Amino acid sequence: MIIGSRPLKYQVTVDHDHCMLCGRCVENCSYSVYRMEDHRIRINSRNCVACHRCISQCPRDAITITSRPCDYRPHPVWTDEIRESIFKQAESGKILLGGMGNNMDYPIIFDRIVLDACQVTNPSIDPLREPMELRTFIGKKPKRLDLHYRPGHDVEMRTSLVKNLQLETPIMIGHMSYGAISLNSHLAMARAASECGTFMGTGEGGLYEALYPYQDHMIVQVASGRFGVDVNYLDRGAAIEIKIGQGAKPGIGGHLPGEKVCANVSCTRMIPEGSDAISPAPHHDIYSIEDLKQLVRSLKEATEWKKPVFVKIAAVHNVAAIAAGIARSGADAVVIDGFRGGTGAAPSVFRNHVGIPIEAAIAAVDIKLRQQGIRNEVSIIASGGIRQSADVAKVICLGADAVYIGTAALVAMGCRVCGTCYRGLCTWGIATQRPDLVARLNPDEASRNVGNLIQAWTLELAELMGAAGINSIESLRGNRDRLRGYMLDQEMLKVLDIKPVGA
Amino acid sequence: MCGIIGVIDRKRELMDGSAIREALSIMDERGSGEGAGYAAYGVYPDYPDLYAIHVFYDNLIHPREQVEELLETWGMIEYDEEIPTYESGRMKKVHTPWRYFFRPNRKLMPRSDTPDDDIVTHIVMTINTSVSGALVFSSGRNVGVFKASGWPEEVADFYRVEDYEGYLWLAHNRYPTNTSGWWGGAHPFNLLNWSVVHNGEITSYGTNRRYIESFGYSCTMFTDTEVVAYLMDLLARKHRLSPEHTVRALAPPFWEEIERMPPADQVINTAIRLTYGQAMMNGPFAIAVASHDFLVGFSDRIKLRPLVIGEHDHRLYISSEEAAIRTLDPMVQKISMPRAGEPIVGRVIT
Repeated sequence: MIIGSRPLKYQVTVDHDHCMLCGRCVENCSYSVYRMEDHRIRINSRNCVACHRCISQCPRDAITITSRPCDYRPHPVWTDEIRESIFKQAESGKILLGGMGNNMDYPIIFDRIVLDACQVTNPSIDPLREPMELRTFIGKKPKRLDLHYRPGHDVEMRTSLVKNLQLETPIMIGHMSYGAISLNSHLAMARAASECGTFMGTGEGGLYEALYPYQDHMIVQVASGRFGVDVNYLDRGAAIEIKIGQGAKPGIGGHLPGEKVCANVSCTRMIPEGSDAISPAPHHDIYSIEDLKQLVRSLKEATEWKKPVFVKIAAVHNVAAIAAGIARSGADAVVIDGFRGGTGAAPSVFRNHVGIPIEAAIAAVDIKLRQQGIRNEVSIIASGGIRQSADVAKVICLGADAVYIGTAALVAMGCRVCGTCYRGLCTWGIATQRPDLVARLNPDEASRNVGNLIQAWTLELAELMGAAGINSIESLRGNRDRLRGYMLDQEMLKVLDIKPVGA
Repeated sequence: MCGIIGVIDRKRELMDGSAIREALSIMDERGSGEGAGYAAYGVYPDYPDLYAIHVFYDNLIHPREQVEELLETWGMIEYDEEIPTYESGRMKKVHTPWRYFFRPNRKLMPRSDTPDDDIVTHIVMTINTSVSGALVFSSGRNVGVFKASGWPEEVADFYRVEDYEGYLWLAHNRYPTNTSGWWGGAHPFNLLNWSVVHNGEITSYGTNRRYIESFGYSCTMFTDTEVVAYLMDLLARKHRLSPEHTVRALAPPFWEEIERMPPADQVINTAIRLTYGQAMMNGPFAIAVASHDFLVGFSDRIKLRPLVIGEHDHRLYISSEEAAIRTLDPMVQKISMPRAGEPIVGRVIT
């Protein structure tokens, strides 16, 4: 006990004058903060993760949660977080884990980019009165059309188009596996994706039977652990995604703690119940780009060349060249996952220090693919840190075809970003497999919330496009002229290929 | 604002420039006296097969030396002269317009299907990006652009457009926003046989520019109109799409309209939108584009700029204003308004 106990992270207080002793806080808190003793709510603040479940359920607004009730001596270098990390590692000798995305205070490039609107010289377009097209196609496009004109009005098209995914909005839901999150949250998101005319990723945890009705709107993932992968799984997806890397933990594989591997998860993943599901860092059949090409072709062959194949990589320094290699592998889309991407569990050192932001990654990838004349070969999907419709508009202007959202969809279902997903105790019934907790999430209501979010962002996107005098998403894509950088340095402006405000 | 007008005689009967001068001047309300121009096809019958390269020189020393050296490297100048101009009142010779009749040496571009055009494109892009004090503003065969800063009638008189005879004319009256009264900023824009006049602002310029630049074109005029000429060149010349399909790529029907089309049209229009999505132009515009064999006019997808069509025997007129067409041809037989995005094409009868 040399290090001793540390200051509380959160202080929970109950206003006993208001408390009606209904016990909902006790019932709802899966982290054992509350107990009822002698007709009074007793509190153990040390267990609190600030998930706010108790606050949301308290009928009397009697609960208050305060951050850091006791500070360390302030120090700009030896921050509280640094000191606590050292304490933990000095005690355990282990790698530190964290949930959700990067929580370091890096500047957010999106917030230093502003969008454009029309004034006088051209009219803005009113989406309430004029058509506004957000329909997006994900997949390979031919570089040119070969049309042959015969006498009369007869035209023969000699170019054949390969299958694309048709999205009614450029917003998709990214890959979060069944296992990392609950069946009810999967059901809710799958239903929302179907209703919004968009797609959702299965994650690397296979496809549970209850989701089959939504399979036409699901993208099945093949990751290095190959969990749940068989030909039935591949056949069911609208598209297949090979996961090479993830923005929250570039260079390492997925990690699902055994606590979350219940019977259903075990069947879906095809692994023993209760065992940790740890995906290897690389795919053991991909040690170079030509191996990726083989896997892309194998997956296409297995599904009779009917399905687009995506490849997802983490945004790392050399992302543009890697994406160019992927564009040549036969893949139909490349997913770039920025360093703010979320996760159920990742070593904090990776989550916080490895990879680059999505804004710079998309800008670099789009430029590189254009320079090499292969931009039409693949669609670009941006993911990792898309928080609002403005981010969607900006990243599309930088060159993305569509986005994946992850954390935002979870927040729409109640998630408070407490970052404790890896413990499997999610009080909201999202990042847990405990039946009593999962039952808290009503898939009907939650799918409405997720659908509302996508719809609201889509409406905002339409308004932003209309204000910019654009009535089709194609004209927003790669349109960096409609962006300006605000307080970004010159080198960053060059990377993003945008002008500063006023220029 | 800006006013545009174009006329094609489908039997290639020649018209001198006096009538189009009147027609363009009637639209002075649409301009600001800072730019006007005319393009005419069939104006150089003595050199029909040579590229007529028009250059604005800031001075006749260094830029001219560099341009001529480049031309001599890639082919042969058969004849050259200063373009005759007549200063008066406000119209001063700010730049010296010069013309070369040029024969490219096609052996120097062995791997191309269209070596002559590719050599000339290369020369134009090189001069406009790297020779300071020189700007190529016209580079087609048997076609000439005459433009400057000033009111339509002033520019017409400066070049005496009535002295030229063409079977196809395009003209433009400018109200500048992107660049002020810069001669290079006046329309028509021309590359090879393509000439473009444009009223409007292309809100998708960034997308279009990045798309066209990935095919080796460089945008040098600091304005959005030039991408139209390059897109026409890419789609209609290099990719061999018909003028109608090219317009379908630049101002495509909405998905909802495509879904109502007969199946065969659905397939082609979907393919065009998927393949040429980045060539789609957005924002308010009315555009007329000319080549040797046709004149095509079209507006943006929701027709935010005016476009009127007139017909009389074998002549087709395209303009911003009906009044301009009636000035050009008081006996015009039929006046109509095309629908948004609908391509209007007048072809020569061969």
